[in-house]
Amino acid sequence: MTGQRFKQISLDGLLRNNPTFRLVLGTCPTLALSTAAFNGIGMGLAVTFILICSNVLISLLRKAIPNAVRIPAFVIIIATFVTIVRMVLDKFIPSLYESMGVYLPLIVVNCIILGRAESFASKNKVLDSALDGLFTGLGFTCALTLLGIIREVLGSGAIFGYQLWDFRIGFFSSSAGAFFVYGMSIALFNHIYSKIENKLRSKNFEARIMQKPDIGEPENELADQAEEAQNAALQTAPDQNAPTAAANAGHDNGGEA
Amino acid sequence: MGTFFSIIVMAVLVNNFVVVQFLGICPFLGVSKKTSSALGMGVAVTLVMTITCLITYPLYEYILVPLGLEYLEIIVFIFVIAALVQMIERAIRKFSPPLYRAMGIYLPLITTNCAVLGVAELVIDKAQMMSLLGITSMNVGVAVLYGLFAGVGFTVSIVIMSGLREKIDRLKLPKALKGFPITMLAACFMAMGFYVFNMIG
Repeated sequence: MTGQRFKQISLDGLLRNNPTFRLVLGTCPTLALSTAAFNGIGMGLAVTFILICSNVLISLLRKAIPNAVRIPAFVIIIATFVTIVRMVLDKFIPSLYESMGVYLPLIVVNCIILGRAESFASKNKVLDSALDGLFTGLGFTCALTLLGIIREVLGSGAIFGYQLWDFRIGFFSSSAGAFFVYGMSIALFNHIYSKIENKLRSKNFEARIMQKPDIGEPENELADQAEEAQNAALQTAPDQNAPTAAANAGHDNGGEA
Repeated sequence: MGTFFSIIVMAVLVNNFVVVQFLGICPFLGVSKKTSSALGMGVAVTLVMTITCLITYPLYEYILVPLGLEYLEIIVFIFVIAALVQMIERAIRKFSPPLYRAMGIYLPLITTNCAVLGVAELVIDKAQMMSLLGITSMNVGVAVLYGLFAGVGFTVSIVIMSGLREKIDRLKLPKALKGFPITMLAACFMAMGFYVFNMIG
């Protein structure tokens, strides 16, 4: 594993393909469990754990699972890990188990996990898949915690259960508030993301112009060009795919099994 | 009779599956671009949810619980749903090709729809059902009825959303709001509308 690859996987999971804000996957638990920051963290970490385990196992079995039955096989693997997590939470953190309610077993049909299994773990090596699971899961956890903090502070005037003030806006605790906060967060995230992306792209462009007459170090230039091409590929790829991929994912997440 | 109507109102309006309980959000956002496809999806989901409740509730109550195998419920349920969806698809294709053309393409999408597994998990949870429906005892009939009308609630909300989106798509919007964000905002107002039904009962 090279540093470049590590950087690519981690940035993909946390930002470029952030499951919550960029791909808009796993929306049900996001909306339902962002009422409080603690619930968000709990759900996020549960999903992260299951994502790492299922990614590793599916990556190990990727040559053994026949293509025709891969989706049922993935679902059974994921269901097994969800069952384990459910038992552990029931025993050791009953309060979180209670507040997660029906959304805990529903991790089985969480689009993020099946999506990563299908698009990453079934094609990549074990270590890469584990890292992909870790960072995608962390991206999900961060997003859920962020939404949870916003809704908890505004809706119940508390943060992580610690009461800050008596002022509260009930709207943010309600289901309408969930849609509102989530929708606005996606808009804000995508706005900032496209700003940064444009800046990076224009910087790359300037760098290329500046380097054109500099023939003194051909090796360096070649390396730069290679890196640039890679960057460009990385940046344009989500661009072309993101809207359709997200839309398709919305359709397919259900459909794949 | 009173219970019957209370289940209908509670399942369809007060505790609407999509905008109040956040189940089945993926198809709600993904398949709500056109009213016709939203309706097809809604009917297909309703059908699968009803039959799922009919199978999983007795399976859990009369087989898994007596054998002490409750911990297997997730794996068993997802298996039942996957098999069921396959069977329904085959059956519809065989017996009614026009119906298959109308809703056949939505059936495969349903296996991993959280609404279906969600309803299977909800009907076996007595405490949840009591708070959702305001009833004291559960049986197969109530489970199936709940499955059916939760599905109707899903259909109602996805059809309303598709109507909204057909209008929204023609609006001029800031780039950042296009797509999911504006859909979420529309859903926010729908949720506010459904919130009013909390005053019933």
